[in-house]
Amino acid sequence: MVDKSIYLDNAAATRLDERVLEAMRPYFFDTYAVATSEFGYSQGIQARERLDEARGVLANALGAVPEEFVFTSGSTESSNIALKGVALALLKKKGSHIIVSRIEDFPVLHSAQALERQGFRVTYLDVDGEGFVDLDRLRDSITGNTILVSIQHANQEIGTIQDVEAIGRICREKEVLFHTDATHTFMRVPLDIKKVAVDLVTVSAHTIHGPKGVGGLCIRQGTQIAKWMDGGFQEFNLRAGLENIPGAVGFARAVELVTPEETKRLQQMRDLLIGRMLAEIPHSILNGHRSKRLPQNANITFHYVEGESITLHLDMHGIAVSTGSACFSRSLEASHVILGIGGDHERAHGSIRFTFGRYNSMEDVDTTVQALAEIVQELRKISPLGKDSGKEDLQ
Amino acid sequence: MTTFPYSDIVLEHFRHPRNVGKIENADGKATEGSPACGDMVSVYIKVDPKTNTISDAKFESYGCASNIATGSIITELAKGKTLDEAKNITWKEASDALGGLPKIKAHCSVLAVEGLRSAIQNYEERHGLVKEKVPTTVEVVRQRLRRVVNPLTGLNVVRTNLVQDIEVEDGVVTVLIDLPEDHQFANTIREEVLEKIETLWDVKEVAVKFTE
Repeated sequence: MVDKSIYLDNAAATRLDERVLEAMRPYFFDTYAVATSEFGYSQGIQARERLDEARGVLANALGAVPEEFVFTSGSTESSNIALKGVALALLKKKGSHIIVSRIEDFPVLHSAQALERQGFRVTYLDVDGEGFVDLDRLRDSITGNTILVSIQHANQEIGTIQDVEAIGRICREKEVLFHTDATHTFMRVPLDIKKVAVDLVTVSAHTIHGPKGVGGLCIRQGTQIAKWMDGGFQEFNLRAGLENIPGAVGFARAVELVTPEETKRLQQMRDLLIGRMLAEIPHSILNGHRSKRLPQNANITFHYVEGESITLHLDMHGIAVSTGSACFSRSLEASHVILGIGGDHERAHGSIRFTFGRYNSMEDVDTTVQALAEIVQELRKISPLGKDSGKEDLQ
Repeated sequence: MTTFPYSDIVLEHFRHPRNVGKIENADGKATEGSPACGDMVSVYIKVDPKTNTISDAKFESYGCASNIATGSIITELAKGKTLDEAKNITWKEASDALGGLPKIKAHCSVLAVEGLRSAIQNYEERHGLVKEKVPTTVEVVRQRLRRVVNPLTGLNVVRTNLVQDIEVEDGVVTVLIDLPEDHQFANTIREEVLEKIETLWDVKEVAVKFTE
C-alpha cells in the first residue's frame, strides 16, 4: 500500500540495530554454553566472562558496580522483582505500606495492586496536570509503616520526567526504599545512582534498539530484597534461570551505541513535531510538560476525534503510532495516564503518542504532520462533537 | 502480508463513509454512547408520513473504525425501509453487510444500530405513535442488558450468562455480574450497564456488583 513506512512507536519496541545482532551472534553459535563457575569448562568460562563484561557495561551506565546489576527478562520482570521482592523482605521486619504514583506503567501499578490484594496498603499518589508528583504530598504520605516508594523516572505515555533527585532525598531522609522505573529514560536521560538516592532501577533493552526479552534491575548494595524467581543460584542468587547471554551481550552493545548526539537529534524531531502540530492543527493540545519530558516523546490530543480512527488512517499512510483511546487497548479502557493528569475521557480517546528512535528522520516528521492534518480534518467533519466550539472555522 | 482485523468492506466504509452529516429539521434524531465510553453516534432520519418509510438517513460519528463503518452501513440499510422494518435491523445484519466485525468491537458498532432504533422511537414519540410508559421490571432490565456486549465473546452479557442476578426495588436496580471486580473488562461492562439502565424513566439508582 505504501512504499516507505514510518515507525513512531519506539516506546513500545524499537528496531534492533544490526551491530547489536552481530555482537550477539557468536553467543548463539560458538559460545552457547551455560555460564559456568571458573572451575567449569572453557566455553562455559568464556560465557561467564562475557556475561560479567556485559554486566559491567550496564552497571557503569547507571553509576553502579557490577554486583548491583541483575539481568532479567525485561522491565516487567524487573519492576515485579523490585516491588514484590522488597515487600516480601520487609513485611515482617518493617511494614506493609507502599507508595506509587497513579500514572505508573502497568508492571508497577499492577504489582502494587497484586500486593494490595495480599493485604499490603498502597497509596496511589495523584499527579498534577502535567504529570508531576507533589513532593510535599509524597513526604506526608510516608509513615513508619512505609517500606517502598516506587515512582517512575519518566512517564511511558506523556513523557513527563519526575524530579527523582528530590524524591530520592525525601526517601533517604525518611529511610524508605526508592524504586524508579527508568524503562523510557535509560540512556536518554542521565541517571547515576551515585548522585541520586535511588535504591532500585528498572531498565530494558527494548527501548534502545537492543533485543526484546532482556532487561535489568539495578539494586543498590545493602538493599533488602527477597528472591522472587526461585530455581538455581544465578544472578547473585536473586533471579534464578539460565542466563540469557546473547541477550545480555546485545543489551550491553545497545548501551554502547547510544550517543548524546543521537538523543539530541531525537529531541529536535520531537520539538519540530510538537511545534508544527500545535501550530498547524487547530484544537490540539500537548499532554505532559513542554520541556521536562522525554527527548523522544510527544503526546498530543486532537479534540473531537477518536484515536483508533486516527491510528488506522495513519496506518494506511504507513505511519505507526499509538493512542490512549479505549478502543486501542486490550482492556477497552482509556489511558489511566491522561485520566490521571485530570484529563477527561475525550482527551484520552483523542490522544496520540509519537515516539522517535534511531531510524527516524526530520522528513518523517514532515510527512506525519501533513498526513495527520488531513486525517483530523476529515474525521472532524463527521464528528458530532465540538460543533459549538468554533469547529466550523476549521472547515 | 498484514491481516487487518477489519474486512475490506469495513475499511471501505471507514475511508469513505456514506450519509455523513446532519439532516436539518430531521423528523427523528437520536444520539447513542458518549465521549466517556469512547464512541458516540448521532442518527438523523427523514420519514415519508404517507408510507411510513425512511426517505433519508444520515449519521455523525465520534468513534473508532467499527463505529464509523456501522453508521455508514446502517443508514444505507435504513433508507427506503418502513419504520417497522428499519427498527428490526439487527447488529448481526449490519455486521454481515460489512463482511463481519471483530467481536471485541461489537460494543462500538452496536451503537449505530441502537441509534437508528432510537431515532425511529424519537419520531414515533413526537408523532404520538407510542403506547403508555412501561414500568421497569426485572424483565425490562434483562431486555436492555441484551444490548450490553461481553467483550470476551462479542455476544451480549445476558446470553453469555454474565448477568447472575437482577433486582428492581423502588426505582433502585441492582445488577450482579459474574466476574471478579478486578477483571480486565469489569469497568467497561459496569459503564455500559449504567448507561443502558440509568436512562429508564422510573429508575433512580443503578448498582453494578461483581461476584468476587
